[in-house]
Amino acid sequence: MYTEKVMDHFRNPRNMGEIPNADGVGTVGNPVCGDMMTIYIKVKDNRIEDIKFKTFGCGAAVATSSMVTELAKGKTLEEALKITRADVASELGGLPPIKMHCSNLAADGLHAAIEDYYKKQKANEGMKK
Amino acid sequence: MSTKRIYMDHTAGMPVDPRVIEATLPYMNTFFGNPSSLHSFGQEPRKAMEEARAKVAELINAERKESIIFTSGATESNNLAIKGYANRNRTRGTHIITSSIEHMSVLNPVKYLSTHGFKTTFLPVDQYGFVSLENLEKELTDETILVSIMYANGEIGTIQPIKEISQIVHRKKAVLHVDATAAAGQVPIDVQAEGIDMLTISSNDMYGPKGVGALYFKKGVVVEPLIHGGGQELGLRSGTENVPSIVGFGKAAELAKTEMQTESERLTRLRDRFIKGLVGAVPYSFLNGHPTKRLPNNVAVRYSFIEGESMLLSLDMLGIAASSGSACTAKTLEPSHVLRAIGLKHEEAHGSLLFTLGKQNTEEEVDYVVSVMPDIVKRLRSMSPLTPKELKE
Repeated sequence: MYTEKVMDHFRNPRNMGEIPNADGVGTVGNPVCGDMMTIYIKVKDNRIEDIKFKTFGCGAAVATSSMVTELAKGKTLEEALKITRADVASELGGLPPIKMHCSNLAADGLHAAIEDYYKKQKANEGMKK
Repeated sequence: MSTKRIYMDHTAGMPVDPRVIEATLPYMNTFFGNPSSLHSFGQEPRKAMEEARAKVAELINAERKESIIFTSGATESNNLAIKGYANRNRTRGTHIITSSIEHMSVLNPVKYLSTHGFKTTFLPVDQYGFVSLENLEKELTDETILVSIMYANGEIGTIQPIKEISQIVHRKKAVLHVDATAAAGQVPIDVQAEGIDMLTISSNDMYGPKGVGALYFKKGVVVEPLIHGGGQELGLRSGTENVPSIVGFGKAAELAKTEMQTESERLTRLRDRFIKGLVGAVPYSFLNGHPTKRLPNNVAVRYSFIEGESMLLSLDMLGIAASSGSACTAKTLEPSHVLRAIGLKHEEAHGSLLFTLGKQNTEEEVDYVVSVMPDIVKRLRSMSPLTPKELKE
């Protein structure tokens, strides 16, 4: 049912964990639906210097989280915002159709973390003024 | 990858007993005739089929073998019992009662009838999955013609008090259908003593071939056929009978009858050892269903903060096959209706794991699974954003 690549990311998830003093944090999904993930980013010079994830969910949810952190690491924020759900799924060699909608949340999580970073920057600038 | 292979998903499918396979083989070639034919080529399979019918009747203590008709499996038997009875008896009343933890092949025919002029009631169950007898009594009216309650639930193992249920149903002059797919072959069933009017059983759930089942009717209970044609099976199920599988089903029923007690006792010991080893081995681990009024082969547990499919994949990586009531494994993304009906929240239902044991499982296998489970749970919890701080190492 899953590709070897999905299973590889499920077995050996990349960048799993938390960043205690993250610059941006994004949580998407909902335990009620069976899939929920939090993405943490550390930003330096407009680039994603470090990224980590925590995920509650099925194999696809874990694998897409792991994959999105690999895709985003080192990218500029603008580049990272362009990563889509479809990119994540195709990098994994595809996902079962039923997983495409519900469990393929990782790109949304990444975008939410970047939005959170922008929001915090704005708030900081406001405080400086 | 592990070389060990441990199968603990017997509710999903069972291996066919070698003695059953042996019994079926001659009916593929030597005795290939059509049991409806008058010549000797037809009469040989006819005789074998009738012997199988008698063996299935004996397993459930049916009053006579003619009370059994063969179908393509439990789904067809449930459809025939529910839609067939409702359609034949709608002039007597148009109310049907079932429980909220039935198999889809009961729930969906009942829902179908609700769009065809029938009033339907889905009884709630308590935290263990028991139907409340008071509730049943309250919902029965003069309009109620049929009540369908399962003997035991395959997902949580809970065994219903069928005899008490049948007494209540009969006081109101309704008919009781019982889906015994998960129970038949596991626990003794006596349709006469328990007051069952129609009973569904499945061959593969007792180490027989897939694609064959049976429906028992008490004398006087009449249904409208679903499949019309040449009038086989007393006109209730047309189509040339699946003789090899029916013969296999008969053999499986015979073996179940003679071996059930010893095997059930063995499985109950394994089950209790398994539950004891899993529940409490890590914090926030629980049993689904009732501790004792459950099927001998059913070990249903749940773990907080993690999701079922990722547990299944982790077990599969070690060669262990289990099942889950979780959303992601099914064709829908909703968690199991059974787990929701016993009061579990969505996120609790998502963390459920089901092991169903069989003849080939050993104590060593149970102990092995018990030994690997804590690490699987800990790893997934370390990845989960829901895991509370106190559980983090």
